[in-house]
Amino acid sequence: MKHIFSAAVAASVLATAPVAANAKTLTAGFASEPTSIDPLYHNLGPNNALRKHMFESLVGEDENLKIIPELAESWGTTDPTTWVFNLRKGVKFHDGSEFTVRDFLYTACRIPNVPNSPSSMNSFIKRAETMEAVDDYTLKVTTASAYPLLLSDFASFGIVSASASGHDGPVTYKKDGCEGIASYPASEAYNSGEAAIGTGPYKLGNYTKGERIVLTKNDDYWGEAAHWDEILIRPITNDGARVAALLAGDVDIIEKPPVQDLDRLRADDKTNVVQGASSRVIYIHFDHESEPSPGISGTDGKNPLKDLRVRKAMSLAINRDLITDKIMGGLAVPARQLVPSFMRGYNHDIPMEKSNVEEAKRLLAEAGYPNGFNLVLGTPNDRYINDAKIAQAVAQMLSRVGIKTEVDAMTKSVFFSRRNKYEFSAYLAGWGASGAGMASPLRALVASQNKDKGLGGTNRGRYSNPELDAIVEEALATVDTEAHDDLLRKGSEIAVNDMAIMPLHYEVTPWATRAGLTITPRADQQTVLTTVRPTN
Amino acid sequence: MLAYLIRRLGQSVLVMSVMATIVFFGLYMVGNPVDLLINPEDDLAAQEAAIARLGLDQPILVQFWHFLQGVVQGDLGTSFVHNQPALELILSRLPATLELAAFAMLLAVIIGIPLGMFAGLYPKSPVSKGIMAGSILGFSTPNFWQGLMLIMLFAVFWRVLPAGGRGETAELFGIPFSFLTLDGLQHLFLPALNIAIYKISLVIRLSQAGTAEVSLQDYVKYARARGLSTRRIVGTHILKNILIPIVTVLGLELGSVLAFAVVTETVFSWPGMGKLLIDSIGLLDRPVVVAYLMLTVFLFVVINLVVDLVYSLLDPRIRTKGKNA
Repeated sequence: MKHIFSAAVAASVLATAPVAANAKTLTAGFASEPTSIDPLYHNLGPNNALRKHMFESLVGEDENLKIIPELAESWGTTDPTTWVFNLRKGVKFHDGSEFTVRDFLYTACRIPNVPNSPSSMNSFIKRAETMEAVDDYTLKVTTASAYPLLLSDFASFGIVSASASGHDGPVTYKKDGCEGIASYPASEAYNSGEAAIGTGPYKLGNYTKGERIVLTKNDDYWGEAAHWDEILIRPITNDGARVAALLAGDVDIIEKPPVQDLDRLRADDKTNVVQGASSRVIYIHFDHESEPSPGISGTDGKNPLKDLRVRKAMSLAINRDLITDKIMGGLAVPARQLVPSFMRGYNHDIPMEKSNVEEAKRLLAEAGYPNGFNLVLGTPNDRYINDAKIAQAVAQMLSRVGIKTEVDAMTKSVFFSRRNKYEFSAYLAGWGASGAGMASPLRALVASQNKDKGLGGTNRGRYSNPELDAIVEEALATVDTEAHDDLLRKGSEIAVNDMAIMPLHYEVTPWATRAGLTITPRADQQTVLTTVRPTN
Repeated sequence: MLAYLIRRLGQSVLVMSVMATIVFFGLYMVGNPVDLLINPEDDLAAQEAAIARLGLDQPILVQFWHFLQGVVQGDLGTSFVHNQPALELILSRLPATLELAAFAMLLAVIIGIPLGMFAGLYPKSPVSKGIMAGSILGFSTPNFWQGLMLIMLFAVFWRVLPAGGRGETAELFGIPFSFLTLDGLQHLFLPALNIAIYKISLVIRLSQAGTAEVSLQDYVKYARARGLSTRRIVGTHILKNILIPIVTVLGLELGSVLAFAVVTETVFSWPGMGKLLIDSIGLLDRPVVVAYLMLTVFLFVVINLVVDLVYSLLDPRIRTKGKNA
């Protein structure tokens, strides 16, 4: 035993020394692994974060999700339904070929044709009726009706190289099937590296599923040169193992350090914690529909959550400051609206609400529930930062005003299935708004469910308010930025006044690095390692 | 022997199909994988399209029928998450787990048997008492905690070994292995030790008990009386006779390490099959979970078969019985 041990020790000392000398390699520990290198395969946070290193989009989103030029230098509308994009000239793909409109059109053509895509990028192109190349560097897009979120949609998918994906001829985009493209490569071609050719600051070096993703610097990048020569991403899904890897010096930066370790990581002079506001709101959604409601008892079959006074009482019963301080350890900002203040459509005229237990009790009595009722609150316990603990705190605060609340916590796979089958009277969940700002949660969480109009996709409380629907629909058809944002603010006000949904707080996202490094936090919580820099 | 083999294989096919059926319907009851895979921004139409694309809009019995049709043709389904044939995905992780398990077993045997035999031969020695007390400790430490402690000691405080991952690999017959490179070996050592500690304790106790029992038997006394060297008595007469229970137990343990090294693989981010299983269960990736458990049953059957064959090598009496049957 002793022999083996000392041999291993000696060997490791010899081997680790030269690695440390190479300072331009960045090693990162990711909490969840992208499911593919193919940027169009799976519309999922880790995949979208990874693709930003290699595949760029037509327009980009900065760290606060504001639209910025990327592969398109400028754009404008000639009328509310026609958009013209001027593409950046001289942009080279990793294989040296020139980026032109053809590659964008090819990407749009491939999106509906990615085999077995578990969550398609289709929703980002389906509002475009026609897309055509005016010349190699000018793209014209028309939409069936005025659509203000086109830029946000086009910022959401990375552009692949047509030639590297095996298509050499011209591309004609047709909404119901492009012409002239014989077949589309499967995601496997990107995973193997063969078709993984983008325009981004990094190229794919090596990909071993479950083990590592190696990115190497693109020396011919059109923009600011990449800081790191090489980036090594390792999936380390276990929280403890990820922190240990950072402490051991195996990795330079980790995402999602566990909240209980943050103080230690801050205090340790070998490590550093970076945090930034995110667009993710944690909320409680009510059952606005069924009567009796599955998780409510003590009301003779009535659903008290349909009464605005009861919903208002619940919100007044919650002490949000206490949750953000004591449970979230400062990793949260109290919320009353569905997006944080730095995003589009936030209504600055709505003040934060103060918790008021007496008023909550009075409202409950007025609504006919002086003794409260029994409620089961559903929550995932492995999806959001401290999700089940937040639910416990909420339950205690509600119980204090008479709504005897029991928490039903479960793993996310069970939770989301049950939620989508409407098994909860009230549930805790989160929503990370895209660059569209307030339009994103209004459209998905509180607009009435409507398959044809694409509204209410995650409105599992089945809230329905024609007044709000009208405003959301109008906003989604108003291209003028100011008018669009005004409508969003109005929509937010209605949602708040009618307590359609009960926001608790906005998450603050932490990253932990070794001392001397920092990262620019992104509001979409994605880890984009191109922004990691030495602190001095 | 042939009839015996056929019977064993028949049993295993039965077990595999029962297992597949239970897991298939069990996962269906847990939830719908699309609810996790889909991007919440997608509208209802896109959600339905994704469900249809994965064939999950069909009634469960129809889905099961399609699955059975595939199995008969040797196709265990395609991963919902990775869009790769489930079996191929699992087999791509097999080498990592295989070398981890093999290395751990090696440690268990080369450390456990000598220590256990020493404790059995010299029960009164304080060293033996130390070995036996240590083995109880090795038994009772929770694997998960022990792994984190190993990381804290070796990787964080002493910084002599990496905290996890597989390190550099080299190819042997086109398959990547870690034990062929120095960097890989360093990465392999801690997770293998984490698995091995329990097995070492197990082997120590088995060989100690076996040695204590066997060394009192008449044939050992007789061998002593004949003046055979202690080395020959211990190395041949005692060792061979205590090996049968050890081989049985190690066989079963090997199976469970291969199939369920989940905890160690998670703590050390070792990219093996166990980690794939736990990730797939989390995402309700049904084809992978079903294929994995079918493969597991198959592995256990094969290992048990091999164990039986090894018996007959170790014990001639079993060989004769086999012939008669």
